[in-house]
Amino acid sequence: MELTVNGAGRSVATDLSVADLVSDIVAHPRGVAVAVNGEVVPRADWPARVLRDGDRVEVLTAAQGG
Amino acid sequence: MSFELGGQTFTSRLILGTGGAANLHVLEQAIRASGTELVTVALRRVGTAPGSTGGLLELLDRCGVRLLPNTAGCHTATEAVKVARLARDAFDTDWIKLEVIGDERTLLPDGVELLRAAEELVADGFTVLPYTSDDPVLARRLADVGCAAVMPAGSPIGSGLGVGNPHHIRLIRQGVDVPVILDAGIGTASDAALAMELGCDGVLLASAVTRAADPVAMATAMRYAVEAGRLAAGAGRIARRFHALASTPDAGRPEL
Repeated sequence: MELTVNGAGRSVATDLSVADLVSDIVAHPRGVAVAVNGEVVPRADWPARVLRDGDRVEVLTAAQGG
Repeated sequence: MSFELGGQTFTSRLILGTGGAANLHVLEQAIRASGTELVTVALRRVGTAPGSTGGLLELLDRCGVRLLPNTAGCHTATEAVKVARLARDAFDTDWIKLEVIGDERTLLPDGVELLRAAEELVADGFTVLPYTSDDPVLARRLADVGCAAVMPAGSPIGSGLGVGNPHHIRLIRQGVDVPVILDAGIGTASDAALAMELGCDGVLLASAVTRAADPVAMATAMRYAVEAGRLAAGAGRIARRFHALASTPDAGRPEL
């Protein structure tokens, strides 16, 4: 299925969870937050939250900022 | 010299932003030189913005500073509230520097959206530190809805223009009973000292240090400026006079 992850298209296996996707993208999930279709998905819900075709996922972390 | 902010005690009254530093090495040296205990970070897509490729959180750990996530770049209350909740999830802190921008050229805040977001986040248990304009009425409204501090801009973010309206900063200080942190516009040490002399409880700055030719030297200068300004504010300065008043007495002057 097709996702949009941080603004870019990404083909992934079906039934991928948010936790799976995060571990594909970052080595350590510390300091990472996720939103799916504009809604916050709390860390505790990552394993159970299965992604759907067409989902827009934001995977965010700390960056330099004032 | 210590002060309370959001129920925590800090020794340093300088809050440092991490935006604009050329690299993490310089940033770490500047943080250490500044003596700050509270440092802002933004939330951005993994691997895109400076610092988001890893190492920033570890650096802040090493420096032993507390994290203050911001909602930089948000233009509506809805967006800012979401970013605050994402930051809480990412960094395990309910502290948030709330920014809701209302104008692209000046990056001045949108007071209506800011107040709305502040109200919602306070109700959700956040310790809200709002970046606001130098409007004393808006500052009071933000304090009234339960913000832990108010953080008026001295002048636009990154402008280095210093404190544009000292009178309003004084009025804000008199009008609220939460800490007032001068946030944005600081260019050099005298700006930070002035903010403290006006009665501010602290200063938040980023560009003045991170974009200085020598960030570590400027971080050191800011550390002393904030301390000097605070001391001067409490020291009872002399009244301004139009003409001179000799400090050396006339009495006992020899006749030659």
